[in-house]
Amino acid sequence: MSRTLRTRRKILSLVIMGLSMAATLFGLSFLAMILGTLLFKGLAGLNLAVFTQMTPPPGAKGGLLNAIAGSLVMTTGGVLIGAPIGMLAGIYMAEYGKGTRLTIVVRFINDILLSAPSIIIGLFVYEIYVAEVGHFSGIAGIIALAIMVVPVVVRTTEDMLLLVPGTLKEAAAAMGLPRSIFIRRIALKAARAGLITGVLLAVARVSGETAPLLFTALSNQFWSWNINAPLANLPMAIFQFALSPYKDWQQLAWTGALLITSAVLALSITARILGAQGTRK
Amino acid sequence: MTAESALAQKVTVRDLKFFYGDTLALKSISLPLYEKKVTAFIGPSGCGKSTLLRVLNRMYDLYPRQRAEGVVLLDGEDILAPKTDINLLRSRIGMVFQKPTPFPMSIYDNIAFGIKLYERLPKAELDQRVEMALRGAALWDEVKDKLQASGLSLSGGQQQRLCIARTVAIQPEVILLDEPASALDPISTAKVEELIDELSARYTIAIVTHNMQQAARVSDYTAFMYLGSVIEFDETSKLFTAPQQKQTQDYITGRFG
Repeated sequence: MSRTLRTRRKILSLVIMGLSMAATLFGLSFLAMILGTLLFKGLAGLNLAVFTQMTPPPGAKGGLLNAIAGSLVMTTGGVLIGAPIGMLAGIYMAEYGKGTRLTIVVRFINDILLSAPSIIIGLFVYEIYVAEVGHFSGIAGIIALAIMVVPVVVRTTEDMLLLVPGTLKEAAAAMGLPRSIFIRRIALKAARAGLITGVLLAVARVSGETAPLLFTALSNQFWSWNINAPLANLPMAIFQFALSPYKDWQQLAWTGALLITSAVLALSITARILGAQGTRK
Repeated sequence: MTAESALAQKVTVRDLKFFYGDTLALKSISLPLYEKKVTAFIGPSGCGKSTLLRVLNRMYDLYPRQRAEGVVLLDGEDILAPKTDINLLRSRIGMVFQKPTPFPMSIYDNIAFGIKLYERLPKAELDQRVEMALRGAALWDEVKDKLQASGLSLSGGQQQRLCIARTVAIQPEVILLDEPASALDPISTAKVEELIDELSARYTIAIVTHNMQQAARVSDYTAFMYLGSVIEFDETSKLFTAPQQKQTQDYITGRFG
C-alpha cells in the first residue's frame, strides 16, 4: 500500500471518528441536562411528606402518596394482565407457529402496536370501555397499560425463545419429551433472563405513560383503592401540577418526575444486568 | 454386503430413502443393527451417515420438509409407520449429539428429569437411579459432591458424559451417538470411548464418527457410506483389513474424503 493512500485513510478515519464523537456528545449532553435539571429541581422537594401525604389542594402542603399508590396499582395490574397474554402469544409464535403466515401477520401487527402513539391506545380504551360504563376508572387505566405491555412482551418472548439453541430442542426431543414439557421446563428456563428483561422493560415503558391514562384513569385528588373510580397516578399528577400556577404544586411535579425517572432508570439497569447474565450463560 | 446373520437384528433398515425437500439424501439403504453390538458409520462429510442416524429415532419429524420412505424395523415393528408413538419410540432409542447439550438445570435434575418423565419413583429410588446413571457414564466420582450445581458448569467432556448418563437413565434399548467425541479433547474422548465399550454389553449402539481409528477401536460392525449409499457393511475387523470395495479401501487409506 502506498504511503499517500495510507495517510489518506488515516485522515478519513480521524474525521469520521471526530464526527461520531461529536454526535454522541451532542446526544448525551441533552440527556445529562435533563437528568441534571430533574435532580436539581426534584431533590429540592424530596422529603418524607412526599411519601406519606396526599396530593394537596392549591396553596397547601402535601405529598404524592395517593398518586404513587395509584401508579403502582395500575402498573402492576397492567403487567399482570398484559405480560401473560404477551408471553403466551410469543410462545406460540416462536414454538408452534414458527414460519407460518399467522405468525408473520401477528408479528407485523405487533410491531405496529409497539410503535403506536400511546394516546391512541388511551382513546381506544376510552371508546370501548370508559364511554360504555360512563365514567373514568382505574380499571380503564389498567386495560390501557395492559394493551401497551402486550406488544413489548410478545416481541421479547419470541426473540428470546428463538435464541434457545436448536440443539437443545433436538436433545429434548431425542429423550421423548413432548413439546409442551420442553417449552415449560427447558426453553422458558433457558430464556428466563431475557423474559424477565422483557417484562421489566415493559414496566419501565408503561410506568411513565401519561397519555393512555388521560382518557382512562384520569386522576383523583384523594386516597382511593377503588379501581372502579378515577384513580390518582404519578404521570397525571405531574401533568396537572406542572401546568398549574402554584409553586407548591410545581415543586411536587418536579419531585414526581424525579421519582418516575429514577424508577425507570433502576428498572432499565436491572433489566440490562439480567440480560447480560442471560447471554453469558 | 456380507455379514453373519446368526445374530439377532435389533434394528433392520430396508430400502430406506430420505428426502430433504426434493433432494434425495439416502438412496435405498439396507442394513441391520445387531443386538448389543456397536455399529459404526463412517464416510466423508455429506455422505448421509448422520441423516441415517436421525431417521432411526425419527428426529427428522421436527422439520416439516424432511421425509423418509422405506422400512425401519425395531424388534420387527416398522417405526416409520404413521401410527408410531414418536415419544415412546425416542424413549426406546436414545440419542447423544455432537455438541454436549445439558439442560439448564442442576446435574441431578438433568438425569432425574428424564426418569420422572416415564416413571414415578420414591425419592430414595430416584436418587439411586441418578447415581447409577452417573456411575454408568463414569461421571459419578467427579460430580457426587456437587449434584446441585448447574449442568452447564461442567467441562465439555463432563457435559457429554452427563448427556450420555441422561440418555442411559431412561433405560433405552438402542443408543445413537452422533459424533459424540468430535468436540472433545483426547482424554475426554478416551473416556467416552471406554464408556461406549462398557455400554455395548447392555445396549445396541450406533455411532457416527469422522475418526476412522475411533470406528476401528469401538465398533463390532462398520458401514462405509458415500453419496447417500452404503458402499460396504461388514465386521469392523474385516472392513478395515480386507475391504471388498475399492472406494472403501481408498477411503480408509486416506486416498479421498
